[in-house]
Amino acid sequence: MSKEREAVIDPLFNNNPIALQVLGICSALAVTTKMETAVVMSLAVIGVLIFSNLAVSAIRNHIPPSIRIIVQLTIIASLVIITDQILKAFVYDISKQLSVFVGLIITNCIIMERSEAFAMQNGLKLSFWDAIGNGAGYSIVLLVVAFVRELFGTGKLFGVTILKPVTEGGWYVPNGLMVLAPAAFFLIGGFIWAVRAWKPEQNEEDFSAGALLELSHEGDLR
Amino acid sequence: MHSTGFTVMFAAAVCGVCSIFVSGSAVLLKDRQEQNKVLDRQTKVLTVAGLMDEGDSLGRAEVQKLFEGNITAVVVDLKSGQPAEGVDAATFDQKKAAKDPATSEVAPENDAKVPRIPHNALLYQVKEGDTIKLLVLPIEGKGLWSTLYGFLALEADSNTVAGITFYQHGETPGLGGEVDNPSWKARWPGRKAFDADWNPKIEVLKGAAGSVEDAPYNVDGLSGATITSRGVTHLVRFWLGEHGFGPYLTRYRSTLANK
Repeated sequence: MSKEREAVIDPLFNNNPIALQVLGICSALAVTTKMETAVVMSLAVIGVLIFSNLAVSAIRNHIPPSIRIIVQLTIIASLVIITDQILKAFVYDISKQLSVFVGLIITNCIIMERSEAFAMQNGLKLSFWDAIGNGAGYSIVLLVVAFVRELFGTGKLFGVTILKPVTEGGWYVPNGLMVLAPAAFFLIGGFIWAVRAWKPEQNEEDFSAGALLELSHEGDLR
Repeated sequence: MHSTGFTVMFAAAVCGVCSIFVSGSAVLLKDRQEQNKVLDRQTKVLTVAGLMDEGDSLGRAEVQKLFEGNITAVVVDLKSGQPAEGVDAATFDQKKAAKDPATSEVAPENDAKVPRIPHNALLYQVKEGDTIKLLVLPIEGKGLWSTLYGFLALEADSNTVAGITFYQHGETPGLGGEVDNPSWKARWPGRKAFDADWNPKIEVLKGAAGSVEDAPYNVDGLSGATITSRGVTHLVRFWLGEHGFGPYLTRYRSTLANK
């Protein structure tokens, strides 16, 4: 597998930023009540990720190590502000629903992590593909969660009624839990479980109390 | 190893480039954003006035034409109920006015938890020729999590509700957020806002209210959102009451009677 392909495919399931690295959870909870907002949020994150990876990668050999984190943060913050401005200008309704969460892309650990861990060491082309891959990995989780939450929480998908709720004369009783934040926790938990059941090598090593006890008996608990 | 001078220069350069991009995008897109805001507000006013259907996406030009052809914006002095002098309705920003101590005052304690009342307020009159058909009043107040901002439309008798809509709130989606649900908003038209002595009486109940004939003063509650429902009752009553548009509505009714 070529390096580019690996950079794109790997983060989808093998090294998914949300499921394996457990990053970017907070926005995954907040914007997943509807497909529409989840799609726009995904695109916004992918956009910011691509440009931040490219920018950091382009100047990686010149960034003084002592200020590299703050330089990355400045670049990311600027890109997020620009994204917010664009959303406000072109998709006003959706930007109103996303409200603060666009601004909070700045604090989305995925972006910082990719620029620090990948773009700082790799060339433009690879960094670009890495951004696509990680953005897509984030989006997959967001879209899966939003799909379940919108469908079962309100009986709709993209605002189009699929399951007609009883309040509008149909048969479906919307699941109120789905529209609340905890539902996203359960779904992301379920997603992580499903991915790890499929790829058991992602399970962390077993550090159960018993194992620790054994180690301490051997005097090897450093 | 980089020298301190280089590090400082590098930081300055990054800041410079980033600020050019940020301010550039802000300046270039500002007009469009402002237009979107105005358009959004006009769309809401038209929808609550029944001149536009919920979810209709008309073009910018159509919305503007519809708005200018039917609706007059009026700035009124809330205390006297008279039109405010020397204030341009096109540029008046009520939210800004409510924040500025020079153009507002601290509200007396109220159930709607409105912190400050502006001296002047912007309302819309829907006219047919010279006769006022509808009054569209801005309303705001606390729900569960957030302040709800919206419009209430009253018919020419200033008592019958013609519609309600909220354009900004942060209530729980699916529960309090159902204030945006068209089928809930459809329960409002036809209800009476005031009792016989012109005290605000309309109330959002817990549970179902029944038809307009059976329960003229009550509206169905939002299921699972008792506090938001109560908030809506309070904020509607507040803005119809003595600290809100009460004086204006009294004056309006006396001009009706004199005709």
